[in-house]
Amino acid sequence: MGAQLRVYKRRIKSVSATKKITRAMEMIAASRIIKAQRKVAASEPYAKELTRAVTAVAQGSDAKHPLLTETEQPKRAAVLLITSDRGLAGGYNSNAIKAAEQLNTRLAAEGKEVDSYIVGTKGVAYYGFRNRPVKESFTGFTDNPTYADAKAVAAPLIEAVRAESAEGGADELHIVYTEFVSMMTQTAVDARMLPLSFDKGTESLGAGDGVAKGGAAVMPLYDFEPSAEDVLDALLPRYVESRVYNALLQAAASKHAATRRAMKSATDNAEELIKSLTRLANAARQADITQEISEIVGGASALADANAGSDR
Amino acid sequence: MAELHVELVAADRKVWSGEASLVVARTSSGDIGVMPGHQPLLGVLESGPVTIRTTGESGNGTVVAAVHGGFISFADNQLSLLAEVAELTDEIDVERAERALEQAKSKADEDAEKRADVRLRAVTAAR
Repeated sequence: MGAQLRVYKRRIKSVSATKKITRAMEMIAASRIIKAQRKVAASEPYAKELTRAVTAVAQGSDAKHPLLTETEQPKRAAVLLITSDRGLAGGYNSNAIKAAEQLNTRLAAEGKEVDSYIVGTKGVAYYGFRNRPVKESFTGFTDNPTYADAKAVAAPLIEAVRAESAEGGADELHIVYTEFVSMMTQTAVDARMLPLSFDKGTESLGAGDGVAKGGAAVMPLYDFEPSAEDVLDALLPRYVESRVYNALLQAAASKHAATRRAMKSATDNAEELIKSLTRLANAARQADITQEISEIVGGASALADANAGSDR
Repeated sequence: MAELHVELVAADRKVWSGEASLVVARTSSGDIGVMPGHQPLLGVLESGPVTIRTTGESGNGTVVAAVHGGFISFADNQLSLLAEVAELTDEIDVERAERALEQAKSKADEDAEKRADVRLRAVTAAR
């Protein structure tokens, strides 16, 4: 076998091994999307009812609550960025990070300091490499987040919002995550969680997770047990948790979808590569054969010439 | 007879939904019973059993669920019970809850003790 041909054969072998791996990853991701989507759907009733309840209290009572009222001059904003722990998902992480960067620039332009909270190794690595301060980071559960994870993420956020601005408390709470629009489309979005604003707020409540369509409808007058303030006090942390949970689930579903797409194109590329390498290998083999034949023919005719010469 | 529609939802799933004639739950200021036509209500739930007297399609009977904190909201004959964690008594493993209670007591883990206690109370209430 010619040297050239051996090189091609070796490359084809290695590319097909890679192709097998990417195909397997594609299939794993595909099955995980379904699971993640199911989880998003299962979390929806709770999110919907909770949003309805928050809207009801906020509109149905004149209770003043730090989590509802806008500060006159917001100085500090907390931004929660949700990325994934692992790569191989195409532009998934860089899109989310880009969206967070844009939001940070916008907030900075409005004269607010930004505190970053990050979920996922990829985001942490991005900020770590650039020596940016990170308030708090969470890793290890992005593939399959549970409600307990969402609680753990939400706890420092709620604490930050509760604290006084002078003591480093945040006046606003933003979240950046990748929304799962469909199997083919996932978009990085940013949304303001707190304070809730109800003219635009009902819309943004719904835009994030497809809930609270009836936000504009007039709510009945509720009886609060024990009091509107207490209900609100208990309700808003749960609301933040449920929004974080929903964002984590959507981000997980989006990540799997992005991985599936990236791995599908990797498999396609590997196939393409194998095809062209096979062509080259065939050409090399043909060249080898041709050369061998011409050598044999050349050798034979040389022999024949030599024999003919000795006969004479 | 008038009936109200109940949705019992936990953070990660819908636990139970159906028609009922009476729902009894414990709010932070005491037990409250909600019947059809009740005034709109929004309350904070304590950890404890919630009793749902079912009617209509779900048949006459009683459904008891262990609810670990949450909210009750009622308007237009729609009652929703929101809880971070909620389980029907059928789903509760009594032996496991008892073991958990023992363990929690020996470790002085208050949260775990409360959780196990609520489960056991719900099971007793269902009997």
